[in-house]
Amino acid sequence: MASQKEVLIDPIFNNNPIALQVLGICSALAVTINMATTLVMCLAVIFVCTMSNLAVSLVRNRVPTNIRIIVQMTIISSLVIVVDQVLQAVAYDISKSLSVFVGLIITNCIVMGRAEAFAMQNGPWLSALDGFGNALGYSVILIGVALVREPLGSGTLLGYEIIPTVANGGWYVPNGLLLLAPSAFFIIGLFIWAIRAWKTEQVEEPEYEIAPNGQYKEAI
Amino acid sequence: MAKVDKDSLANTFLIAVFLCLVCSVVVSSLSVSLKPMQQLNKELDQKKNILRAAGMLPADQNISADGRSIEELFAEFTVRAVDLRTGEYVDDVDVTNYDPIRAASDAAISIALTPQEDIATLRRRENVSLVYLKATPSGIDKVVLPVRGYGLWGTLYGYLALDGDLNTIAGLGFYQHKETPGLGGEVDNSKWKASWQGVRLFNDIGQPQVRLVKQRSAASNPVADFEVDALSGATFTTKGVENMVNYWTGDGGFGAYLKRLRSNALAQR
Repeated sequence: MASQKEVLIDPIFNNNPIALQVLGICSALAVTINMATTLVMCLAVIFVCTMSNLAVSLVRNRVPTNIRIIVQMTIISSLVIVVDQVLQAVAYDISKSLSVFVGLIITNCIVMGRAEAFAMQNGPWLSALDGFGNALGYSVILIGVALVREPLGSGTLLGYEIIPTVANGGWYVPNGLLLLAPSAFFIIGLFIWAIRAWKTEQVEEPEYEIAPNGQYKEAI
Repeated sequence: MAKVDKDSLANTFLIAVFLCLVCSVVVSSLSVSLKPMQQLNKELDQKKNILRAAGMLPADQNISADGRSIEELFAEFTVRAVDLRTGEYVDDVDVTNYDPIRAASDAAISIALTPQEDIATLRRRENVSLVYLKATPSGIDKVVLPVRGYGLWGTLYGYLALDGDLNTIAGLGFYQHKETPGLGGEVDNSKWKASWQGVRLFNDIGQPQVRLVKQRSAASNPVADFEVDALSGATFTTKGVENMVNYWTGDGGFGAYLKRLRSNALAQR
C-alpha cells in the first residue's frame, strides 16, 4: 500500500504523467502558448482529476464491471462541463482562448487513466490525493513549457513584456516556431531528457541490443 | 457491506439510471444558474469587439484611453436593424436579441446567394442585419457594420467601422476566425489592423473597391487610397478579407443602406 505522501509527490517527478507515461500531451501542445491560459487549464485539470478520482473511488464497489468505463466517462464529462460553464461565467476571455480545450479535458488520458488505474482500486482519500498529484505533475510540465514558449514566442509573460520585441521598438525578434504546436513537442522532449538525466532509473531498457560484430573466418 | 451482485442486470440499470440522474441534475442546475452571467459576458464581449473595431478601445484593455468603461463607451452607440434589400431601418426587430448570423440560416428571413453574387462565400445572407451608429449633433460620427467572409480554413467574423463620411474605413476587427496562427492569423495584428484606418471604400461610380495588394501604389496614384498591405504568406485569407469588405459595403450587403445614409435621407432621424 502506497503511503499518502508517495501518492501525492511521486507523479510530480518520479512518475510524471507527461514525462514518464507520456499521457495527456495533446492539450500540453495547445494551451501553452501563453501562461494565463496554461494556469487556468492546469487548475481545470487539477479540479477535474481530483474530483473524478474521488467520485469514481466512492462508487467503485457498486459499479458493474461491464459499464465501468461509461460510468467514469459520465462522471468526468459532467465535471468538465461544470468547469466549462464556470469559466464561461467568470473568466470569459480565458474561456474563449481555451475554446475547445476545456471540453477536451474529457479525453485527457491522464484523467481517465487515473480513474481506471488507481481510483477503481483505492479508497476515496488516497484516490483524491492521487488525482491531485497527477494533475500537479501535468501542471508542472505545462507551466514549464509555457515558461519557455511565451517569453521566446511573444516576448511576454502573463501578458507583461519581459523581452522587448522588435514590433514594440525593442531588439528581440520573436521566434514564430514557439507559437506553433510542434515547439511544445521539442520542449517536452527536452524536459524528458533532463528528467531522465537527473533520475536515471527512468531510462528505459533498450528493446534490443545490436550484437557485436563477429569475427570472420576465412574459408578454407 | 451486504453482498450485492454488482454485475447483475438490475444493478447495472440501477447504477446507470442513478448516475445519469445525479450528473444531469448537477450539470443542468449549474448551467441554468450561471446563464445570466454568461449572457452578460457575451454581450460585453460583443460590445468590446464593436468598440475595438471603431478604434475607441485599445486592444487587450477593457478601459478606454481616457478611462471610460465599455458600457459608458457603448452607450454612445444606437443599435438599429436595417433591411439590406432596401436599406431602410426596420423597427419591428428586437435588436438586443436579434442575431443576423443565425438569421442567415433561416430560409424564411434570408436569401440564398448565387455564386456570382457570393464573393465572400456566405451561401446565404440574412435580409435584416444590424448597424451600430454613433451620432453627434452634427450628423454621424461612426457606423459599425457586422461583417463576415470565408478565409482559408473558415469564416472570419468581425466588425467594420466607417467614418462619418461613410466612405472611409475607421477600423476593422475580427472576433472569431480559424486562420493559421502567424500567417492568416495576423488579421489580429494590431499594426495591420491600424493600416485599415483611412482607406477609401467607394470609387467614382459608388462601388466598393478596396484592394489588398503586395505592393502599394505610389501615394500620388489615386488607387493608392483604396489599397491595404496584404498579409504575407496568407493569400487566401487576404483575398477573403478583401472580398468580405467589398461584399458587405457593396450592393449585396449594406450598399443600399450606406447610399441612403450618404444622400442624407436617413441622417436626420
